[in-house]
Amino acid sequence: MKLQVERDVLAEAVAWAARALPSRPPVPVLAGVLLEADAQGTVTLSSFDYEVSARVEVPARVDEPGRALVSGRLLADISRSLPARPVELVTEGTKVTLSCGASRFNLLTMPVEEYPSLPAMPSGSGTLPGDTFTEAVAQVTIAASRDETLPILTGVRMEIEGNRLTLMATDRYRLAMRELEWQPDAPETSAIALVRARTLSEVARSMGATGSITMALGQGGADLIGFEAGGRHATSLLVDGEYPKVRALFPAESPIHAVVERAPLMEAVKRVALVAERNTPVRLRFEDGVLALEAGQGEDAQASESLDATLTGESISIAFNPQFLLDGLGALSTTYARLSFTQATRPAVLTGQREAEGDDDESYRYLLMPVRLAT
Amino acid sequence: MLHLDLDAFFAAVEQRDKPSLRGKPVVVGGTGWRGVVATASYEARAFGIGSAMPTMEARRRCPNAAFLAGRFSAYRRVSEQVMALAHELSPLVEPVSLDEAYVDLGPTHPGLDAAGVSALAEGFRARVRATTGLTVSVGAGPSKLVAKIASDLRKPDALVVVPADEQRDLLAPLPVRRIPGVGAVTGERLARFGIRTVADLAAADEAELVRMFGKAHGSGLRAYARGIDPRPVVPERDAKSVSAEETFAVDLTDRRELVERARRLVDRVAVRLATGGVSGRTVTIKLRRYDFTTLNRSRTLPQPTASPREIAQAATALLETLDVADGVRLLGVGVSGLTEYTQQDLLAELDEPAAPGEEPGAEPGGAESGGAEPGGAEPGGAEPGGILPQGSTAPYGPPAPARSGWSPGQDVTHDEHGPGWVQGSGVGRVTVRFEGPRTPVGRIRTFRDDDPALHPAGPPVW
Repeated sequence: MKLQVERDVLAEAVAWAARALPSRPPVPVLAGVLLEADAQGTVTLSSFDYEVSARVEVPARVDEPGRALVSGRLLADISRSLPARPVELVTEGTKVTLSCGASRFNLLTMPVEEYPSLPAMPSGSGTLPGDTFTEAVAQVTIAASRDETLPILTGVRMEIEGNRLTLMATDRYRLAMRELEWQPDAPETSAIALVRARTLSEVARSMGATGSITMALGQGGADLIGFEAGGRHATSLLVDGEYPKVRALFPAESPIHAVVERAPLMEAVKRVALVAERNTPVRLRFEDGVLALEAGQGEDAQASESLDATLTGESISIAFNPQFLLDGLGALSTTYARLSFTQATRPAVLTGQREAEGDDDESYRYLLMPVRLAT
Repeated sequence: MLHLDLDAFFAAVEQRDKPSLRGKPVVVGGTGWRGVVATASYEARAFGIGSAMPTMEARRRCPNAAFLAGRFSAYRRVSEQVMALAHELSPLVEPVSLDEAYVDLGPTHPGLDAAGVSALAEGFRARVRATTGLTVSVGAGPSKLVAKIASDLRKPDALVVVPADEQRDLLAPLPVRRIPGVGAVTGERLARFGIRTVADLAAADEAELVRMFGKAHGSGLRAYARGIDPRPVVPERDAKSVSAEETFAVDLTDRRELVERARRLVDRVAVRLATGGVSGRTVTIKLRRYDFTTLNRSRTLPQPTASPREIAQAATALLETLDVADGVRLLGVGVSGLTEYTQQDLLAELDEPAAPGEEPGAEPGGAESGGAEPGGAEPGGAEPGGILPQGSTAPYGPPAPARSGWSPGQDVTHDEHGPGWVQGSGVGRVTVRFEGPRTPVGRIRTFRDDDPALHPAGPPVW
């Protein structure tokens, strides 16, 4: 193998491929990034940890096609630190020599034939705009659980019904749900998948900048999901298990709702939450025209603040974990936030709203379970 | 001091919600091959069926009884209502289990005489009846000991008030086994020394008792026998942790049985957390092996919880890590790190009747399935149309618990026929009786067990 590639192109490609490297590889070869150069002038970099695979194709000047497996971590560190000059990679026996300007590195190779073959992209795909996808993933992954003892809740549930794509995640305290459109290859596509939230965030972050993302979900018994954008491919095993029927958690109707300017509300919550010790709630009291916020009680430090709010329905007092409330408000992008309630002990729904008077945007809903205070 | 005890609690809730079972023998407990009876209705007790009896034995004694798997969310709801009513009497309420609590009237009603206590307790009993439709027996006395004995004296649906000057006469003729801390072993040892009644124990030589049972236990027993019970009522709010434990009559080796016991302990802990209005972050299990070695394991959750589901999940996960093959004498579940606020659990709203570890129910009154444990063979499985593989290895940890089928007694609703409950299931069919607490006896209908119109439901509203 002998090739020459631009330093930035290489660094970006290696950074992408190294994403899927396991921190503690079960077998040594999995710590490697597989380099494959073909006569058509394409270099493919791949990594795989049996769960997530990443593959990227970049243009290069290929003098001799070939393959080599080198330490991904080392290659990522090196390519990041190289001067902005063309990089040459040449295999010499059991080593790969990397030269760039006046720098030279000799890298050990691992046996290519021991490297597992990457899973094929599932069939049955469709496309959606990268920025929409990135926004949607960010909106729901905030609600996914980080507690590995219940793997199902660390996932994002994806439901596809024709051109409707729904993303959902919950850590049992809040539930985020985003509905969006995508363009499936087959109009009657129907599929369900549970994808680890962490994997999905990384994929969305690194692919979102490209115009359009292809997402591939197998039919029937497939246990893989695949993504492709701008020469980058990723696959991930799905999380196994039955996802709770969370759609039923959204209240059928909310007799009470308040509309508040979003940015000032977030500022106010952050301020009063300063006195709220770990996990203690902020209390919200909605009365006609006013939202009063309070945190801290008894002999502890206390804080309060009030701001304008438009209330429809009876006044209500409710308490939330401040971080959970901020996560939900932060996931919106509209000027106003609508908080809809049934009772103080029942979950509240957070939606975005463009104007003070008007309808809310139900394409994103954040359901938040209140904190119950001892009476 | 009051002791409240709901009469045949689980069975009574079932009879309340299922008109067809009123006046009939009802047994709530593990309906599987090796389950035990949790509660038997008074009609079933007439056949000699009692708590902790193996369900197989109960079936033999009364094959025609309704054997139900239990609906803990319904019991919890009732329990919370009753505990809330108890809190109206006094803030000092100490729940012992879902159906039992002590109330100290001291702070709210100082210097109350027997007539005053009677009036107060009758008012409470009437409110319980009106709110929940159930009967509660109440015992009143100068101590927890006397109150508890009194509540049991004329069960069901009775009030017994024991003034301080009558407690001696009440206690004297009772068998020693009625004293807390006197179980089968202690009772037998006492009997060998001719001590059979509480009066015998009260008259026994203290030095002798201390020699037999040790300092604390020996003198404690004698004090109880003399009506001296210094135990205060400790409301959960002031407690540092809440726990419940159970010593088994026979060492348990079956993990599924232990999981079931753990879930019952969790329910006791959860109702006490709920009545105290507190929640905790750390779940602990305590396990004493056959050789008396005791192991404690704990796990701290991301948020404080009072949710029985979450506590059960943590407790069963902890139980998984311990070897039980040699036999377990005692199991305990506790929650600590208590706070006065609770981040409520969204998923508890779904009120899933099929919690982890629960076995798919055998059909009540039907043929036993020959001991074939149906634990792994899940009916239904992944949703139709889903792409989740069934039986593929779970990449991120243990596989999700098998979803159980319909359990006998479970609340369901049918798109066409409305609310009802599962009377039995098996061989791909499920039989549902369509009735509710306020309806006449309903009709039964049988469906395929994957009928899309049939859904699990929450407990009916009384």
